[in-house]
Amino acid sequence: MKTAPNNGRRPAPGSRVLRTPGGLSLRLDVRALVVVVLLLVAAFTASVVLIGTGDFPIPAGDVVKTLLGDGEPGQEFIVEQLRLPRVLVGLLVGASLGLGGALFQSISRNPLGSPDVLGLSQGATAGALVVIVLMSGSARAVTVGALVGGLATGAAIYLLAWKRGVHGYRLVLVGIGVNAIAVAVNGYLITKADLVDAARAVVWMTGSLNGRGWEQVGPLSALCAVLVPLVLVNARGLRMMEMGDDLSNALGVRVERVRALLMVAAVLLTAAATAAAGPVSFVALTAPQLARRLTRSPGPNLVPSLCMGAALLVTADWVSQRAFGADQLPVGVVTGVIGGLYLLWLLVAERRAGRI
Amino acid sequence: MLVESPPESRAEVPSAPPSRRAIRAAGLLVAVAALAAVLVASIAIGARQLSLEQVWHGLFQATGTYGDTVVDDRLSRTLLGLLAGVALGLSGAVLQALTRNPLADPGLLGINAGASAAVVTAITYLGVTSLTGYVWFAFLGAAVVGALVWFLGGSRGATPVRLALAGTAITAALYGFVQAVMIMDDAALGKMRFWTVGSLNTATDLTIRQVWPFIAAGTLLALALARSLNAMAMGDDTAKALGAHLGRTRALAMLAATVLCGAATAACGPIMFVGLMVPHVVRSFTGPDLRWILPYAAVLSPVLLLGADVLGRVLARPAEVQVGIVTAVLGGPVFIFLVRRRRTTQL
Repeated sequence: MKTAPNNGRRPAPGSRVLRTPGGLSLRLDVRALVVVVLLLVAAFTASVVLIGTGDFPIPAGDVVKTLLGDGEPGQEFIVEQLRLPRVLVGLLVGASLGLGGALFQSISRNPLGSPDVLGLSQGATAGALVVIVLMSGSARAVTVGALVGGLATGAAIYLLAWKRGVHGYRLVLVGIGVNAIAVAVNGYLITKADLVDAARAVVWMTGSLNGRGWEQVGPLSALCAVLVPLVLVNARGLRMMEMGDDLSNALGVRVERVRALLMVAAVLLTAAATAAAGPVSFVALTAPQLARRLTRSPGPNLVPSLCMGAALLVTADWVSQRAFGADQLPVGVVTGVIGGLYLLWLLVAERRAGRI
Repeated sequence: MLVESPPESRAEVPSAPPSRRAIRAAGLLVAVAALAAVLVASIAIGARQLSLEQVWHGLFQATGTYGDTVVDDRLSRTLLGLLAGVALGLSGAVLQALTRNPLADPGLLGINAGASAAVVTAITYLGVTSLTGYVWFAFLGAAVVGALVWFLGGSRGATPVRLALAGTAITAALYGFVQAVMIMDDAALGKMRFWTVGSLNTATDLTIRQVWPFIAAGTLLALALARSLNAMAMGDDTAKALGAHLGRTRALAMLAATVLCGAATAACGPIMFVGLMVPHVVRSFTGPDLRWILPYAAVLSPVLLLGADVLGRVLARPAEVQVGIVTAVLGGPVFIFLVRRRRTTQL
C-alpha cells in the first residue's frame, strides 16, 4: 500500500486515501485517527489513576505493574478484585453510551436527540424501579428489570413513531412523550416505596459505579463485542442518511432497514449500559458532540464517540470520588453537571450557527 | 413553522355571525356546568364517600360532624385544583400562541422543572419555608428556564421539535440536580419525593390564600392579551401592520405564562400536559380565536385536573395516585397522538 498521488481527485482536507494495486482503496481521516488514539490514551490514563484512587492509594507505576501480572499480592487483590472490574464497567458503560448516543443523534439528526432525552434511560429506570420497589429484588434482578424496561421502551418508541417509515422528528417527539410517561411512572414508584427503598432507588436512578464487579463486566463486554462491529459495518448507510431519506434512498441505502437495525443496536447498548450502572445521565448526549468537535469531521463519528464516552465516564467517576470523597455522590451527578454545562455551551456557541 | 389557522378562521374574528357566537357562549355555559359537577365530585369522592346531602351540609351548614371535617379538608384541595388548573391551562394556551407551536406546554418546555428546581434550592439551601417565600423563587426559575428554552430552541426560528427537545434536555438536567439534592439529604428526600411528582394533597387554606393573588393577576393579564396574541398568530409582519406591539406582547405573554405556571408549581409541584391537552380540545371547538380559547381553557383545565385527581383517588383507594402522575400518564398518549396525526410537512 502507498499513499495515493494527487491525480486530480483531491481527498477531503485532513484525510488521505490509501490504495492497493488491486484497486481497493480506503479513505483515512488522519485527524479522526489521532483523536481516537489520544482518547484511548486518555481513557487508559484515567483508568490507571482511578484504580490507584481510594482509601488505599496505589501509585500509578504499581498499578501498571499489577495489571501486567507482577505486583504485590496485597495490591493484586485490591486491583483485580475490587477496582479493576469497576473501572472496566465504567469503560464499557461509557463506550456503549457514547456509541448509542452517536447513533441516536445521527438517526434523529439532532444534537439533542440522545437516548436519555428520548425516554430510553427512563424506561430502563422504570423496569429497575419495579424490581426495587415492588419486589425488593436482588442486584441481579434489578439488572434484568432495567434491561427489559429499556428494550420495551425502545420497541414502544419505534412502533409508535412508525407510520410508513420512521422519521427523525417523529421519533424525537414520540420519544419525548414516552419519556414523560416513564418519568411519571418512576415518580409514582418512588412515592410508593418506603424511605429505605426510596433512597436505594434514587441512588440507582442517578447512575453509580459503586459495587460493580466482574459479574457486570462479562455480559456487557460480550454484548459490545457483538454490537460494535455490527454497527460499524452498517455505518456507511448512516452517513448517507444524514443527508435525508430521499437522497440516501437514491444513493442505494435501504433506509428503513439500516435505521431499524442501528436503532435496535443503539437500544441494546443503552439498555445494557443502564442495566449495569443505572441511567448515567448525559454521557450519551455529550460524548458524540465533544468527539465531533475534536475530529471536526461530518458524519456520525462513531468510533471517536465510543472512545470519548469511555474516557468521559471514567474521568467523571474519578472526579466524583475525589471531589466528594469515596462513594459519597454517584458518578451520574458529575456527568449531569457536565451535561448541564454542555447545554449552556450549546446555547451560546451553536445558536448563531443555527445548527441546533 | 406552523400556525394553527384553518382557512375559515381568516374572516371570522371581527364578523362572527351571531348564531355562532351564541353557540360558543352556550358551550361555555356547559363547560361551567361541567366544572361545577367536577368540583362537587372532588369533594364527595375519596377514601370515604360522601353523599350529596353530606356535601351540602358540610359546605353550608357545618356543625363539626365527621363528614363536615372531610368536606372542609377536601374543599381546600379542590380549590387548589381549581386554581392550579386555571393557571396551567391558561399558561399552556398562552405559550402555544406565543411560540406558535401546538406542542407547547409548561411541563414539556421545562418551565415547571425550572420552577421546581428553584423551589427545591430555596427550601434546602436557603431555609425558605413558606409558600409566599418560595413562590418568588418559582417565578425566577420559571422565567430563567423559559428564556433558556426559547433561545436554545432557536428563538424566532423555533420549531416544535427544537423547543420540545430543548425543554426536555433542560428538564433532565434540572431533575438530575433535584435528585442530587435528595441523595445528599435524606430529610429532603422524605419531603420532596411527594412534591416533585405534582400533587394536590398538600393543600391547606393557607396555601390557597397565599397563591390565589398571583394566579388571579396572571389570569387577568392573559385574558387581556388575547387580542394582541390573535394578531401575532398571523405572523410578525401582519401583526405589526395591524398595530400590535410585538416586543411588548411577547414580554407580557411570557410574564403571564411564567407567573401562572410558577405559582401553580410552587403550590402543587410540577404537573405536565394539562396545558397541552386542554387548549387542543378547546381549539377544535372554538377555532383559533384566543378570545374564546382562553376562557374555555380556564374553565375546562380545572375540569381535567380535578378529574385526574379524583381518578387518582379512586384508582388506588384508600391511598391515592398523585395528580401529576395521572395527568402525565393520560397526557403522554394524547401528545403522541397529536404528533402522529400531523402531516409531515407541518412538523
